[in-house]
Amino acid sequence: MAKLLILGAGTAGTMAANLLRKALDATWSITVVDQDTEHLYQPGFLFIPFWMEPTRVKKDRRGFLPEGVEFVEAAIRRVDPHAREVHLADDRTLAYDWLVIATGTRPDPTLVEGMVEALAERTNVHEFYTFEGAKALKAALDGFDAGRLLVHVTEMPIKCPVAPLEFAFLVEDHYRKRRLRHRVDITYVTPLDGAFTKPVASKELGGLLTDRSIRLAADFAVERVDGKRQVLVAYDGRELPFDLLVTVPPNVGQQYVFDSGLGNESGFIPVDKHTLRSVEHERIFVLGDASDIPTSKAGSVAHFMTEQFVGNFLAAVEGRPLPHSFDGHANCFVESGRGQALLLDFNYDTEPLKGTFPAPVIGPMMLLKPARVNHLGKLAFEQIYWNLLLPGRKLPVPTEMSMAGKRVPAGQKE
Amino acid sequence: MPTNTINGRSFEVDEEGFFTDRDEWSEDLAKDLAALIGIELDEEHLAPLRFMRQDAAVTGVTPTLRRLQTVGGFDIKSLFALYPGKPAKKMSWLAGLRKPVGCV
Ligand SMILES: Cc1cc2nc3c(=O)[nH]c(=O)nc-3n(C[C@H](O)[C@H](O)[C@H](O)COP(=O)(O)OP(=O)(O)OC[C@H]3O[C@@H](n4cnc5c(N)ncnc54)[C@H](O)[C@@H]3O)c2cc1C
Repeated sequence: MAKLLILGAGTAGTMAANLLRKALDATWSITVVDQDTEHLYQPGFLFIPFWMEPTRVKKDRRGFLPEGVEFVEAAIRRVDPHAREVHLADDRTLAYDWLVIATGTRPDPTLVEGMVEALAERTNVHEFYTFEGAKALKAALDGFDAGRLLVHVTEMPIKCPVAPLEFAFLVEDHYRKRRLRHRVDITYVTPLDGAFTKPVASKELGGLLTDRSIRLAADFAVERVDGKRQVLVAYDGRELPFDLLVTVPPNVGQQYVFDSGLGNESGFIPVDKHTLRSVEHERIFVLGDASDIPTSKAGSVAHFMTEQFVGNFLAAVEGRPLPHSFDGHANCFVESGRGQALLLDFNYDTEPLKGTFPAPVIGPMMLLKPARVNHLGKLAFEQIYWNLLLPGRKLPVPTEMSMAGKRVPAGQKE
Repeated sequence: MPTNTINGRSFEVDEEGFFTDRDEWSEDLAKDLAALIGIELDEEHLAPLRFMRQDAAVTGVTPTLRRLQTVGGFDIKSLFALYPGKPAKKMSWLAGLRKPVGCV
């Protein structure tokens, strides 16, 4: 009997369990470990502060695992890649022949001076990267009707790198609809030199911030949050006062990844960006947000890479060369308020471009341009996530990025 | 790709002026570049640049400020004092590395 162990039953772990149970015969046992039984639809965290019913984002994760997969509920404490063992917090030890790590990333406010204390008060400093945080932020927005509001990103990378921008657009819309917009001063604070990382997207999204009268504070490397004085202090001495701060803390790998010596300085595990195999340990593959690959940490990416991973895994087990090469494909909707959204589609080599995106039935979608159809796509993602993505079914989007419909800027080659 | 020339030495750069080829770099070249942004490159300034080059040679990517802090042992606040304003950008430029992407 060969033993496959999957750490994490979130987006990527659940999908991998479903696809591999189909691909591996009965000589393989598959065990999935997660610290709890609640699967959270994290893209919903963005909407909870505005309108989404919190209970809607939670489902029992065991219901998304296929028959023939054992679920172990326990926190992972350490991986020993040499002994091929995983130690759990309840003192159990699980042995494996092959390991898939899919434990994602977590916000870690302890890395910024003053941030933990300020968030703990739940008064004027909030976040929406956790379920509890998103709910508390809803209450805070309900009670906030005038003053300086900062939407802040501490550092990159973070999962769903567009989520803070989306929050800025949605909160602008929220106050506009309540006719309070003139009383709420909104600033988007980022360590990047513009609204987003890649040039074309940064220009388009930056333009949208201007259109909505949202200020941009760029190149802001935060040193500390001063909750008492209500200011955000940067290393270069700049200070931004706030009445309400919505921050995205640094995102890092799980503690056991650090403790096992598997991660880089941020706890992300180095892998070959095309095969998704650990560079250090050939019996380990890493899926989803937990790896160090240079593309967005997003559910759509977890999906595309897990599809490519399956063939590589089967080949690795048989000692064949790995056949598939993941291209870094990301496909992200960016809510822009007013019932519209933008769509970004890119990979390792091609930055997000303008143009149209072919989509069956509802398509074509508009790339990098606010449109109603994109917003409907974003809302449809919730059902797609539960019903197609987690079970490992094909999405109505190609696994590898395509140039169809994309407009390449003058002077650049495809 | 554009080419930059300073004091008789030329090197290829990207649209934003960052080196595209690490090997075209030298400490002397870095000193000349630093002068353009009003920095005199002494040993204290060079230490993080040397770390960044060694690190990038292994990982293939420009290290982040967090990596300079946790792996290189540099104090972020002092890096801001040495390279005021945008240390990550200035240092990668002077170290002959690509602009730190901070990923996507
Ligand atoms: C606010 C927000 C909005 C987002 N919006 C979008 C969007 O619109 N579109 C999109 O594609 N993506 C979006 N994402 C990102 C998406 O949710 C993640 O990229 C995706 O869930 C990553 O999947 P994963 O399997 O790597 O990690 P996760 O789904 O986070 O799963 C990790 C699992 O590991 C478990 N785990 C962690 N540590 C341990 C441990 N020590 N022991 C045991 N179990 C452990 C956790 O309980 C969890 O179940 C958003 C994320 C956030 C926070």
